[in-house]
Amino acid sequence: MRKFKRFFAAVAAVTLVAVSLAGCGNSASKETEAAAEASSDAAAGGVLKIGGIGPTTGGAAVYGQAVKNAAELAVKEINAAGGINGMQIEFQFEDDEHDAEKSVNAYNSLKDWGMQVLMGTVTSTPCTAVVEKTHEDNMFQLTPSGSAVDSIKYDNAFRVCFSDPNQGAASAKYIGENKLATKVAVIYNSSDVYSSGIYEKFAAEAENQDFEIVSAEAFTEDSKTDFSVQLQKAKDAGADMVFLPIYYTEASLILTQANSMGYAPTFFGCDGLDGILAVENFDTSLAEGVMLLTPFAADADDELTKNFVAAYKEAYGDTPNQFAADSYDAIYIIKAAAEQAGVTADMSVSDICDAMKTAMTEITLDGLTGTGMTWTADGEPDKAPKAVIIKDGVYTAM
Amino acid sequence: MSFVSYLINGISLGSVYAIIALGYTMVYGIAKMLNFAHGDIIMVGGYIALTAMNAWGVNPILAVVLAVIFCTILGVVIERVAYRPLRKAASPLAVLITAIGVSYLLQNVALLIFGADTKSFTSVVSVPSLVLAGGSLIISGETIVTIVACMVIMICLTLFINKTKAGQAMLAVSEDKGAAQLMGINVNGTIALTFAIGSALAAIAAVLLCSAYPSLTPYTGAMPGIKAFVAAVFGGIGSVPGALIGGLLLGVIEILGKAYISSQMADAIVFAVLIIVLLVKPTGLLGKQIQEKV
Repeated sequence: MRKFKRFFAAVAAVTLVAVSLAGCGNSASKETEAAAEASSDAAAGGVLKIGGIGPTTGGAAVYGQAVKNAAELAVKEINAAGGINGMQIEFQFEDDEHDAEKSVNAYNSLKDWGMQVLMGTVTSTPCTAVVEKTHEDNMFQLTPSGSAVDSIKYDNAFRVCFSDPNQGAASAKYIGENKLATKVAVIYNSSDVYSSGIYEKFAAEAENQDFEIVSAEAFTEDSKTDFSVQLQKAKDAGADMVFLPIYYTEASLILTQANSMGYAPTFFGCDGLDGILAVENFDTSLAEGVMLLTPFAADADDELTKNFVAAYKEAYGDTPNQFAADSYDAIYIIKAAAEQAGVTADMSVSDICDAMKTAMTEITLDGLTGTGMTWTADGEPDKAPKAVIIKDGVYTAM
Repeated sequence: MSFVSYLINGISLGSVYAIIALGYTMVYGIAKMLNFAHGDIIMVGGYIALTAMNAWGVNPILAVVLAVIFCTILGVVIERVAYRPLRKAASPLAVLITAIGVSYLLQNVALLIFGADTKSFTSVVSVPSLVLAGGSLIISGETIVTIVACMVIMICLTLFINKTKAGQAMLAVSEDKGAAQLMGINVNGTIALTFAIGSALAAIAAVLLCSAYPSLTPYTGAMPGIKAFVAAVFGGIGSVPGALIGGLLLGVIEILGKAYISSQMADAIVFAVLIIVLLVKPTGLLGKQIQEKV
């Protein structure tokens, strides 16, 4: 979805070479392990087949892998606890390499396998393609992290994460309700749909809030190194907060340049800033006090997060990221909706979908990525955003 | 006060453009070719300096020297391997396409070695910021060093061209290759020297650019390269003072355009100005009108 459009452009050349060398070596990796395990102890209630699609190889593999791991973790937990309405879950995950065409192929092979509900796809562009297919088949689809507006444009599709533009509205609300600033400057990338989408919603919501946007300056893909002008304008306008709905690469430059011109406002960003501490050689002390709206912080100290992080670390030896959290929630959301709808194993795909899409608007769920999550019929989640602040070089829940 | 601040930022950015533009303009003046790989030599210089400082732990000054040496050698090797064999080719397009090829080669090799991740560059400048007018005007150390470095380079280069034998040889080759050869000037050697100087300047530009805007990717050199090429054309390609004036004007127009007209339109404004200048003065601001003698 968000980050890899650029990341992909960067590795496109290498990928080309790699692909031409590897031929079709990267064929879809099938995860039959979990499925086999589940079916062996299938309970009397039958099985519910959930399919997952996402990139487990290629440039965006880190996202797909996280989703797959966390989903398998959730499935294992649910099966151990008795399943959904007595049904055991069978879960199969297909690789789409963050490619729309491969994603549709993966969807077709999952259908052959007998998938009844789709948890995916992980990234926005393939998701936007697959949603056409699930709409045709009237299959229930829940994407953990497809954030583009069109990724869930039909009524059979829902998502766990905020849509790109909704992050803007959520940010404005958060800043206003917590009285974090009175004068806000915005620096955004006008050539990127993620960034400008967030900015537009942010500006619209800001009018209802108790702060004022004093300067809104853009930059483009071709001029993303020099931010002195944008920062100078923010400073002259007396902004005490700079809102950065952009990716961490440019944000790291902005922080450095603000520091060298002696300007120290509060910086506030969205999930695109997640990763700023990992920029190689970046002086992380500059990021101290930066706030960002992200649905998940691995060091939050609520019981649910702690247990999830511990279990994930034990199973995969890695700290889960935001995608893992979205995915873990997605499986539990499917469980909640299926229970609400009274789904049984002998229902057809279309009947399951019709029952579940009504149920989605009725359930309320406390998950890793939000408490009291509800959904509207258009598929968007309604949940309180969580903000984290960078303190002593780590993301800390606020 | 913010106007002064914008102006200084513009001059600083323009100084970097000017140093890069020198590489384009000298090579064009002498070899009559556009070295599109020039921008990528900047990127290589940046990575060398960064690696030297972080992985090998050498001090910043030595890192700059290493980057300069490496880029100089790289420039000469590229000229020898990729451009010289094509100099006699029937079409001048051959060498132009080769230059674009070299540009992609450098980018992709860097991608293989250093990866696509953005690396943050440690500033090599230890000059403290200058605080003027009671704190309302802060000029960063990088800005000061960039402007000073640009001026020093311009003065040295002008002296070199006008006062030394090698410099005179460069002028002679740029006027008439054949006649220069008849006068006993080593044309190939002179062209190689030009590439060496241009590439060394690219390394210096790399360090200044990355110190001021500390982010390094395999594509870092591409956009400044194009802008500097525009600066060279703007000032009159082939002219050393033209590169300076073109670079500075470009930087100032870009920053002031961003500040007072529109931050989205900055690049469009720069290129619009270029078009207007070329319409009025087709050879650029300081370009010489060369009469073709039949």
